[in-house]
Amino acid sequence: MSDTSESTGDAERDVVDDADSSAGSDASAVDAEEVRHVADLARVRLDDDEVAEFADQFGDILDYFEALDEVPETDREEELVNVMRPDQVEDGLTQGEALSNAEETEDGFFVGPKVS
Amino acid sequence: MAADHNAFITEEAIEGDDDAEGPLAGTTVAVKDNISTEGIRTTCGSEMLADYVPPYSATVVDRLTDAGATIVGKTNMDEFGMGTTTETSAFGPTKNPADPERVPGGSSGGSAAAVAAGETDVALGSDTGGSVRCPAAFCGVVGIKPTYGLVSRYGLVAYANSLEQIGPIAGTVEEAAAALDVIAGPDPHDGTTRDLADVEGADPDASYAAAADGDADGLTVGVPTELFDGADERVVETVEAAIADLEAQGAETIEISLPSVEHAVQAYYVIAMAEASSNLARFDGVRYGNRAESDGNWNESFAETRDEGFGAEVKRRILLGTYALSAGYHDKYYEKAQDARAWVRQDFEDAFADVDVIASPTMPVLPFELGESLDDPLRMYLADANTTPVNLANLPAISVPAGEADGLPVGLQLVGPKFGEETIVRAASAVEDAS
Repeated sequence: MSDTSESTGDAERDVVDDADSSAGSDASAVDAEEVRHVADLARVRLDDDEVAEFADQFGDILDYFEALDEVPETDREEELVNVMRPDQVEDGLTQGEALSNAEETEDGFFVGPKVS
Repeated sequence: MAADHNAFITEEAIEGDDDAEGPLAGTTVAVKDNISTEGIRTTCGSEMLADYVPPYSATVVDRLTDAGATIVGKTNMDEFGMGTTTETSAFGPTKNPADPERVPGGSSGGSAAAVAAGETDVALGSDTGGSVRCPAAFCGVVGIKPTYGLVSRYGLVAYANSLEQIGPIAGTVEEAAAALDVIAGPDPHDGTTRDLADVEGADPDASYAAAADGDADGLTVGVPTELFDGADERVVETVEAAIADLEAQGAETIEISLPSVEHAVQAYYVIAMAEASSNLARFDGVRYGNRAESDGNWNESFAETRDEGFGAEVKRRILLGTYALSAGYHDKYYEKAQDARAWVRQDFEDAFADVDVIASPTMPVLPFELGESLDDPLRMYLADANTTPVNLANLPAISVPAGEADGLPVGLQLVGPKFGEETIVRAASAVEDAS
């Protein structure tokens, strides 16, 4: 998804400015434009009704998330270790199994939609 | 079997190993439909995967059949595990056998309903923020959410990897614990599983079923005020009576405080949605899953496929997760949620210095009526207040029936320290004996 991140950087910056400048109870108000922008980033097509409904609901949900501002910075030490194994060839799915759920295949490959 | 509760999406059997000496010989097990079964479709309750047939089985499924259990089918669930009622399933809602006008809880609602209706002995669910414990509480059965790393997630279709565990649901604590004995243990296919031989203080030979001995004498039970505040009075009364029963059996109760849990629901939803937005990016209609008829280019086809394949709650979480991770918001939401997660973990660790288990209502409410909360996502999220802290802290917890209020089941949640499954099983079996 990195292909769109540069071109949308400005839009996100604007959004942040808006959020900062309207401190108070509407701090998390979300407009239709933002919902469309995020849906575009996530590759989910939405119809106009969904956009309106989500804009409404996201405002409420993000307002609720605002309470995270009260959380103190916390030490996050956790005993995590990497789990490694020898880099050896092991049995996996056969080509036929791996392709078995694809909508379209050709000569042992997945067939995707056109790129442009 | 008289009434149809829509507990199953697919009813198809996998016979267990004929070796009648297996610990689960003769036991029937229903499996949540986000756990892969070779040759049997695994839909995740989604239109996206309505025709998906896994080429391999999850580790837990192989362990069950190796132990002699017979898999009887795949149970209904909220789409990709995203819901608290099993109403977001693309295959229609499941009804609660205790009251068919009400939801069974979720997201493993089909699993709990199948057990409560006697359609299976045991069922597997998955618990990301309460999805085993909530339906167990609402349907009046037992559900265990294991410590993160106790049970393999290989073959579980991922929603939020850092939070979820597969866990058993059954009519009694001992049956649920016996199923946990079979599915627990390290798996080379899941690098996050732990070998208990390497865990300080854990017993690699533990038998969880044997721990269901009903002995609560000398047990110290922590009672956190934060997990009772704001709960339905009828729920609180029922749970307090169950805790009093434990005291009558020789347990000691101590009031404790877990201030961090006030932020658990926010932290949980930010983290779960962020992980979901990444995990569900794989559904592009190319390698598996339904693909929309589209004349558009790759991106347009991808977006149309995901519009058609995903329901409203899944879209909501993918979009909010994408938002929370996007430039300018990552620090505000995701980083703060990770701080809250660490705080919750620390709070529980401090509490377990003084107590053996922590008791609370599993759900702060009685089962919703069907359709009641579907249009108000935030209201649904708030019902997860008592279950989500446990996933954030990677801890084990069990929901056991505490009794009934207005004829509806009420669950008591018992949380234990990391890999303290034996302790919560023992305590829960004592609650069960008293009721």
